[in-house]
Amino acid sequence: MGKTFKKPEALSDQIMHYCPGCTHGVIHRLVAEVIDELGIRGRTVGVAPVGCAVLAYNYFTFDFQEAAHGRAPAMATGIKRVRPDLMVFTYQGDGDLASIGMGEIIHAANRGEKFTTIFVNNAVYGMTGGQMAPTTMPDQRTTTSPFGRNVEDVGMPIKVAELLAALQTPGYIVRQTVLKPKYINRAKKALKKAFTYQMEGRCFSFVELVSTCPTNWGLTPVEAVKWAEEKMLPYYQLGEFKTPDQEE
Amino acid sequence: MGKVLMKGNEAIGEAAIRAGCLNYFAYPITPQSEVAEYLSRRMPEVGGVFLQGESEVAVSYMIFGAAAAGARVFTTSSSPGISLMSEGVSYITAAQCPAVFVNIMRGGPGLGGILPSQADYLQATKGIGHGGCRLLVMAPAGVQEAVEMVMMAFPLAEKYRNPVIILGDGLIGQMMEPVEFPDSLGSEPSNKDDWATTGMDTRKSTKRNLVRSLFLDPKQLNENNLVLKAKYERMKEEEIRYEKYNTDSDYKVLIVSYGTMSRVCKTAIDQLKEEGLEVGLIRPQTLFPFPEIAVRKTAEKDSCKAVISIEMSMGQMVEDVQMSIQGKLPVSWYGKCGGDIPTPEEVIDAVKGLNV
Repeated sequence: MGKTFKKPEALSDQIMHYCPGCTHGVIHRLVAEVIDELGIRGRTVGVAPVGCAVLAYNYFTFDFQEAAHGRAPAMATGIKRVRPDLMVFTYQGDGDLASIGMGEIIHAANRGEKFTTIFVNNAVYGMTGGQMAPTTMPDQRTTTSPFGRNVEDVGMPIKVAELLAALQTPGYIVRQTVLKPKYINRAKKALKKAFTYQMEGRCFSFVELVSTCPTNWGLTPVEAVKWAEEKMLPYYQLGEFKTPDQEE
Repeated sequence: MGKVLMKGNEAIGEAAIRAGCLNYFAYPITPQSEVAEYLSRRMPEVGGVFLQGESEVAVSYMIFGAAAAGARVFTTSSSPGISLMSEGVSYITAAQCPAVFVNIMRGGPGLGGILPSQADYLQATKGIGHGGCRLLVMAPAGVQEAVEMVMMAFPLAEKYRNPVIILGDGLIGQMMEPVEFPDSLGSEPSNKDDWATTGMDTRKSTKRNLVRSLFLDPKQLNENNLVLKAKYERMKEEEIRYEKYNTDSDYKVLIVSYGTMSRVCKTAIDQLKEEGLEVGLIRPQTLFPFPEIAVRKTAEKDSCKAVISIEMSMGQMVEDVQMSIQGKLPVSWYGKCGGDIPTPEEVIDAVKGLNV
């Protein structure tokens, strides 16, 4: 009997730099599995963000570009417009996508660019050391909101999936999480659907994944999962917010 | 195809297509919006890509993504828009991708004005983006030359795997002149298999390509900067272009001027000749690399007593002229930067004011 469980071909042997309990590793693996299963590794180009996942290209085994902070959707637009046959995805965090790159993601989605965005939302700026993000929860303490996020002062966290789903252009907009195995299976299904829509040239596809950042939250990995389930999931509700079938 | 009368901005768009560039991303800004308007009609005709981005910032990254995916690609903008693109320009340079930018300059700083200017000289030649990136900078003095420079720019960008920028003042974009499109300056896109993210299947390779500008290891970053520096040095060896005017005479004054301003200077030189004062001109066609040695040698003629840099700015190129002359002759500046182009009479007064 051969191996029944092995590392996806799309994933490299490099040891990841992510912190213990960080969900990037799980998400990387899901992306790699989907790319393997769809047999698209040889025509895929990923676009890395600025943030913890800036080095994501070290962990994948296909072509990659590295964007400036927030600009990944513009780069993906450039790639996809000149090479519609390539499979293109951006992999972005919440500081990158929901703050500095909000203009780029909204316009790419609204143009219906035929690429996929994987949006890792862990409610904090990770790489720069745990500052407040647009997605930081009310009263959540960060290094730039030491007394907790004051929504009177800086507003409520942005629900990006809902925001993009409000656009009239057809798209696939979904939020899932990778906090537990049952969620992981749903997240993978969403990723596969997103890439499949892209393969069919149907629409822009967007998968938000509620994630953890134990290091910057000051919690153990187990506590971080619990915190995300209790605090984030009620606010960032899971599900499909938009499918291209709705409009057609 | 014979000569046609075309507006500079439209001719620039057409020149890119003739050079085999079928990918254009842009954001509207006066005084160059006609390039985008022209290409929004022309690109579909030739099966090319036209996309109006949401901002100049986004456009610069559309250019980056497309260039990194192996495509010939260009954009056009004007001064404030170029400032917004400068972030992307720095990344593109660091990641060593070829791309062509056109800046049809308007007055500044700030929102400035919409009339012609040459006030982005220092930005283009010294500091277009953070981190010490340099672009090959070419400055046309008319629509015909703009067309030729745009067509040359693509193979040059690919030769160096570095962005090239055409620096034209607003008049270059706005005026109509007879233009003939050369057939020979276009070239086949270079082989990009070694570095571009074209997809492994496309290049039948098992080796993936990575386009990046992050080098956390100081040795690697220094290494990348040495590679870039070597390219800039090679540009100095191979790409310097300039034109001289009335330098067979025993000129007492040497004018250094480029773009539209140099044409006004030529008219002034002709008038001064009639009055009995010989004045020479050297017109840099490449601003980076700057024709430093040519400027110095041209100023070394025994009859030449003074050098003046005449620009539609408050004195920017004059710094390069001073550096070239190395203190051997007095170097002065004359110019305006409000959008009205100095007249031949004003140039004549400036030259006479040198009292040589």
